[in-house]
Amino acid sequence: MNANILTELSRLLGADRVLTQREDLLTYAFDGTPILNEIPGCVVFPDSTEQISTILKLANEQRVPVVTRGSGTGLSGGSLPVPGCIVLCTVKMDRILNVDPANLTALVEPGVITMKLDEAAQPHGLFYPPDPGSMKISTLGGNVANNSGGLRGLKYGVTRDYVMALDVVLANGDILKTGTACVKDVAGYYLKDIFIGSEGTLGVITKILLKLVPKPKARKTMLATYSTMQAAAETVSAIIAQKIIPCTLEFLDRTTIRCVEDYAKIGLPLDVEALLLMETDGHPVVVEEEAAAMSRIAKENGAVAVTVARDNEEATRLASARRSAFSALARVAPTTILEDATVPRSHLAEMIGFIQKTAEKYKVKIGTFGHMGDGNLHPTFLTDERNTDEIHRVEQAFTEIFEKAVALGGTITGEHGVGLAKKKFLPLVTGPVGLGIHKQLKQMFDPNGILNPGKMF
Amino acid sequence: MSHSVSENFLKDLDYSVVQQCMHCGMCLPTCPTYDATKRESASPRGRIALMRAVADGKLEATKAFGDEMYFCLGCLACETACPAGVDYANLFEMARAETERVGALANPKRNLIRKFLLRWLFFSRARLRLVGRLLWIYQKLGLQTFVRKSGLMRLAPKQLRELEPLSPTVCNHFTPLGYHSEFRNPQSAIRNRRVGVLAGCVADLTFSDVNMDTIFVLEQNGCEVFVPAGQECCGSLHGHNGEWEMAKALARKNLDAFDVHVLDAIIINAAGCGSHMRHYDRLLEDDPAYLERAKLWSEKVRDISEYLVEIGFRKPAGKMNSKTRLTYHEACHLVHGQKSRSSRGHCSQRFRDMRWWNCPRQRGVVAAREFTTSPNPRWRRNCRRGKSSTSPPPGPSWWRRPTPAASSRS
Repeated sequence: MNANILTELSRLLGADRVLTQREDLLTYAFDGTPILNEIPGCVVFPDSTEQISTILKLANEQRVPVVTRGSGTGLSGGSLPVPGCIVLCTVKMDRILNVDPANLTALVEPGVITMKLDEAAQPHGLFYPPDPGSMKISTLGGNVANNSGGLRGLKYGVTRDYVMALDVVLANGDILKTGTACVKDVAGYYLKDIFIGSEGTLGVITKILLKLVPKPKARKTMLATYSTMQAAAETVSAIIAQKIIPCTLEFLDRTTIRCVEDYAKIGLPLDVEALLLMETDGHPVVVEEEAAAMSRIAKENGAVAVTVARDNEEATRLASARRSAFSALARVAPTTILEDATVPRSHLAEMIGFIQKTAEKYKVKIGTFGHMGDGNLHPTFLTDERNTDEIHRVEQAFTEIFEKAVALGGTITGEHGVGLAKKKFLPLVTGPVGLGIHKQLKQMFDPNGILNPGKMF
Repeated sequence: MSHSVSENFLKDLDYSVVQQCMHCGMCLPTCPTYDATKRESASPRGRIALMRAVADGKLEATKAFGDEMYFCLGCLACETACPAGVDYANLFEMARAETERVGALANPKRNLIRKFLLRWLFFSRARLRLVGRLLWIYQKLGLQTFVRKSGLMRLAPKQLRELEPLSPTVCNHFTPLGYHSEFRNPQSAIRNRRVGVLAGCVADLTFSDVNMDTIFVLEQNGCEVFVPAGQECCGSLHGHNGEWEMAKALARKNLDAFDVHVLDAIIINAAGCGSHMRHYDRLLEDDPAYLERAKLWSEKVRDISEYLVEIGFRKPAGKMNSKTRLTYHEACHLVHGQKSRSSRGHCSQRFRDMRWWNCPRQRGVVAAREFTTSPNPRWRRNCRRGKSSTSPPPGPSWWRRPTPAASSRS
């Protein structure tokens, strides 16, 4: 890396906030995505919007790529460095600037850990619903940049639904403030929405105003087991057809159940094909009613057994079973590739059947789990990156899975983002016109292509 | 994995152990060094990435590599958090061994200190006891008080000055080595449980009262206790500091001292020791003369609190002062290293009629202690800046005793 730039960065941030040593750089060469690896030129830890503005100005003048990164838990390679880039790591900007119970908002810096915000909202009787699998360590900046989902998407939506305003530093160092604390705001284009899910390609988010919602007074968690996946999917359709919107409808397939039980030992049955974790929250009376109805519908649709969590502790344990699914699968094989093909709910059972057939066709091992309520599947390939032949078959299999998802009116990624891993599939979803607009937007915001270049498209 | 013929400890390691880490990042929020620095290289997944780079031949075990490996507290909280089941304890010991093998951190002062501590002091109980007795005399004669009050310490080097107030108080009597219970359980027709107690190294000098209590409680619960003479330090200090050969030698001495065929359990009241002792089988896997006994040993090692629960301990009949409050401190190495988690719940259940005081931030308290007391200047620097959220919580002083036995005395 250019020594002048490094000197300039050290002068700006202080030497201890600029990492250039090989031993440090090696540890920023990856995020949560398997296989991908690229060593950056340096890593910087800015502390303010102004510092980020200066860094981008400098990078823009010198045409040095900048890759923004939070905790590096992404699963699409979105925060993977490009050669010789500056990794702009936001983890030291981790202040919750305020929690405002009067307006039901929180103002945070991008490095705040997702769960910490939820904890800060709790004493006010509020909560922050988006709960990605990595919420214990993922940053809110990363959540916004990837429009993260989570387990509660069906009822509460995703990160986009909670972002009210953003401060963004643009590629040339300009600071854009977009959005307000108002629920209603129709002044001009809603620019903030362009940055949500932009994966660091359009600007660097430096402040976020988030919406909080009142914490539901009651919650009920249930677990239903099935001897066919079809029956589980039918249960979900039937519940929604009865005008019940549970906060969670998660499923695990047989492979995943075994791995989770082996890891978390929560007493899951091992002789079933599918497991459905259902949760409803809200007013205690409504919750009781809905829980009873859901339990009945599950049985009517062929559930082998339905267990209702007796208390919060058991509920948390059951939910944690689902939360650890991905990671538990990882114990089985050296390399775990997690995808997130998503289809309209009504096509779920068909999609799961297709995934199972594809696994047989290419002789690969796939464990599938995911958010049955919102059609977001996580087919997880259990493989070994050193086995090139198998990796090739894995690639063929997920290409077919993505094509099928799109053919069913779905998408290639529900919540992980495009990054590097799904770059070549993006045109399947956007079409040529959509892709063209993507490129024009990028050109307009970042004419020199310094922000996370080579990602998304 | 072969330690003795090793060319490079990390290269010799079965690659799947390194590859098991899928860098998901779930370990980061549990790691005290990451919490303090927010730097990947000071996190478990960062360290594993560096180890992998060494295993792949992309990186030598440099000084910076060694510094990171020694910055790790070894609390193993990451093992509990790790969903993929990475054997971090094994990895970090190998990484330190590799650091020592290439001498990445070697300098005359460090070499001398290591030689003195690992090879001379902690390698022999006789020498350890000699030093303990000298320290005892120093303390008993009031010299320590004099030195502290007179301000003489100001003349000492900075590091010593900072550590002096932490020097432990040596007990009047050390653990009775060679002890064997005369006690026979009169009510029981069945054979007594026979257990061996490892006295430990520092614990033998400064917590021998806790060792005595351990023996007493075991006897009260129908165990025939052996405290074999000839036992040495468990060797964890050596294993954790990259000295595999010394760790093995100490393990062999202990295997010679304890008759694992006769004993039902080997009891230890220090969690860090127990964590190491459970791996004697791995440590001695290349030693056919000891392997069979090492396997038995590893099977039979129990933490005192775990063992009492396992045998269904007798609740003390005596009346406790109604003001007495109980607490249970889950040591890092008990929870994360030994994966023993049931005792706390069991004890709070059995003593639910007592007043309980819950330590805040149960898991990670030891790490927090390290934070303020560690001789590693990087720790103290981070601590002084107030950057850590893991500073020790306030509470009665007695609960900070570093051994779980203190809390299981009943």
